[in-house]
Amino acid sequence: MSLAEVVAAALFVGVLAYALFGGADFGSGFYDLTAGGTKRGAELRTLVDHSIGPVWEANHVWLIYVLVTWWTAFPETFAAAMSTLIVPMLLALLGIVLRGASFAFRKYAATLSQARLFGAIFAISSVITPFFLGTVAGGIASGRVPATGRGDLWTSWLNPTSIFGGIIAVGTCAFLAGTFLCADASRSGQQTLAEQLRRRTLAVGAATGIVVFVALIPIQRDAPTLADGLMNQAAPLVGISALFGIATLVLVGIRRFAVARVTALIAVAAVVVGWGVGQYPWLLVDEVTITDAAGAPATLEALLVAVGLAVVIVLPALGYLFKLTQSESWSRHAG
Amino acid sequence: MALSLGWHIILACFGVAFPAMIFVMHLIGIRRNDSDALLLARKWAKVSAVLFAIGAVSGTVLSFEMGLLWPGLMGTYGDVLGLPFAFEGLAFFVEAIFLGIYLYGWDRMPPKQHLLMVLPMAVTGVLGTFCVIAVNAWMNAPVGFDLVDGEVRNVQPWAVLLNPDALWQFLHMWVAAYMVAGFTIASVYAVGMLRGRRDRAHRLGFSLAFGFASVSAVLQPLIGHLLGSRLSETQPAKLAAFELATETESPSPLRLGGLLIDGEVRWSIDIPYLGSLIARNSLTEPVEGLSSFPVQDRPPVNITHLAFQSMVGIGTLLMVAAVVFWVARWRRHDLLVHRWFLRFAAGSGVLAVVAMEAGWIATEVGRQPWIVYGFMRTPEAAGENSGLWWLLGATAVVYTLMTAGAVVVLRSMARRWRSGEIDLPSPYGPEAQRPHGTGAPEPEEVQR
Repeated sequence: MSLAEVVAAALFVGVLAYALFGGADFGSGFYDLTAGGTKRGAELRTLVDHSIGPVWEANHVWLIYVLVTWWTAFPETFAAAMSTLIVPMLLALLGIVLRGASFAFRKYAATLSQARLFGAIFAISSVITPFFLGTVAGGIASGRVPATGRGDLWTSWLNPTSIFGGIIAVGTCAFLAGTFLCADASRSGQQTLAEQLRRRTLAVGAATGIVVFVALIPIQRDAPTLADGLMNQAAPLVGISALFGIATLVLVGIRRFAVARVTALIAVAAVVVGWGVGQYPWLLVDEVTITDAAGAPATLEALLVAVGLAVVIVLPALGYLFKLTQSESWSRHAG
Repeated sequence: MALSLGWHIILACFGVAFPAMIFVMHLIGIRRNDSDALLLARKWAKVSAVLFAIGAVSGTVLSFEMGLLWPGLMGTYGDVLGLPFAFEGLAFFVEAIFLGIYLYGWDRMPPKQHLLMVLPMAVTGVLGTFCVIAVNAWMNAPVGFDLVDGEVRNVQPWAVLLNPDALWQFLHMWVAAYMVAGFTIASVYAVGMLRGRRDRAHRLGFSLAFGFASVSAVLQPLIGHLLGSRLSETQPAKLAAFELATETESPSPLRLGGLLIDGEVRWSIDIPYLGSLIARNSLTEPVEGLSSFPVQDRPPVNITHLAFQSMVGIGTLLMVAAVVFWVARWRRHDLLVHRWFLRFAAGSGVLAVVAMEAGWIATEVGRQPWIVYGFMRTPEAAGENSGLWWLLGATAVVYTLMTAGAVVVLRSMARRWRSGEIDLPSPYGPEAQRPHGTGAPEPEEVQR
């Protein structure tokens, strides 16, 4: 593995972490959106507040990490992707801004009508943001971002691979969030809520699983390089995602929510890693390989130092945060 | 870009300075078993949660905009200037994690352990500032690469972080962040006192925030002077614009106010010798005039000059106010009983923000036409987007709405606190559903 590939792997770890943890935060917006009227949805919305409140900002930083590592290590491809995919990037950005701000505002809103307004913005932007980020991934994976200059502003993200990418992103986010929320609800003793979430998670999970595998068909024509990678080097990952996806549905079905969280994470991780492995060694598919796109070697080395520090400093702290929020004593509703 | 940066910089100040203030307040609360201080710390934490959330998203806007708006800069120099951003990302990561722990740790963690959770936030906020400012200092005084036949070669990423200019610029910004956050928070309590709420919590909140701001305000002119005296070497054109020096004069005067119209300086007050003394630490050495630079290398003079002098003027005013207040207090004379002082204090937050923005405008506009001083001009760095004005409009709308949202929410938080609520339950929560089903819980509203 070359130095550039090590850095690319570190970058992809960030993509994966954002897809899993940031994704679960976005996904909770789906349940918030479909929670029903003010009265009926109150319990669920409070649960969403409690579940993602302490962690969403930390999870969100994975995105910053990805962007920064990308532009530092592979500056030209960053500029190329940003200028080609400017439309979905801007829309995703808008979604991110509205999601974060309205979530914080809703929690402290004084009146019900304010909370409703902020809540609606939060929920809708939570659902659309993963979609646009998914189309970005699809644009890159189907070879529509040229190495230099600018690709087509519209077809670069309005194409079969991108659309499926977007739908899969929304679906996996909601699926992850569902398993987490089920576990949170059941841990804090809200059994009716857990039941309600369980049914929806099952539906979302089944639908997403089907979309993921149906997507393989159009991808063969639309993104042959990616499809080829998925059939060959990434084939085991495709299998893993199917296996753990089904396992999760079974576990949620028999109400083993705590374990289902883990299998859901593995299933979604396999989908995301499958994409990464599938398009290896390309950074921008059919255009630039990882090695060719790399910036100055000294910068890559320095970046690895930063990544090393992140492993030593950030991960334990993050683990501590997750341990606290996922533990029994914090689930009780306090101040 | 300028709009989002100018907006983000205010929130960043709170991200940097607020944790330290919360820490001190919380520490006072625990040490002296002071319930007022504990309550204030708890409220400040909630306010910082809102500010931090919108700061986080506006920071994200910036990272996208780096690529969306400045592909020329990022494509060419991304690997030179990227490393500080990577470290900033780390710092922000840690800050976000501990903010989560701290906010949700109230009543869930042992008090002393809980208090310690603020410290990483205060430290990483400062580290993050250093990293971001290092990049800005690099734009002002590029280091860490060679330009060989138009190609960037021999990249030394660490040089950007270790750039001596970065240190001075960072100190300037760090202290400015404490001034902005300190004066703004103090002004909130000053307004409260003007409206007759003169309880102990208001005095405590004011004193602590004003204290932080005062120390910073007194240090700032010194740091600013040291930073400014480097300019004659690093960016002489910027210095000339700051000082409105059209010609190289020896000794140079200090020019207060004034505008450059058709190549002539009008309406300025010139103080002989002082320009040389301040900018060059000498009675004879001149400030190099704008006429020494080719026309295409000159920054927009008037904006730079006026922004610079506004910053210096306001900074000096705030410093004097801080000194007067503490000297008076030391002489057992409390200025907080005087309405004129409270009125001034109420405005000090806005003044501090204006001074910071003016300083930022001065340094950025003063660097023009360069984005990377001496290496890349701003138009070369920008993308070729036709819809930039449209984008600017959309950004302005979103930011206006976000500001309005923040103001509405923060004001309503303050109102509910005044009416005696402490925990601020969300209005849609199950707790709020019991008696009347819908209505917002504001039964004590009448007590105001």
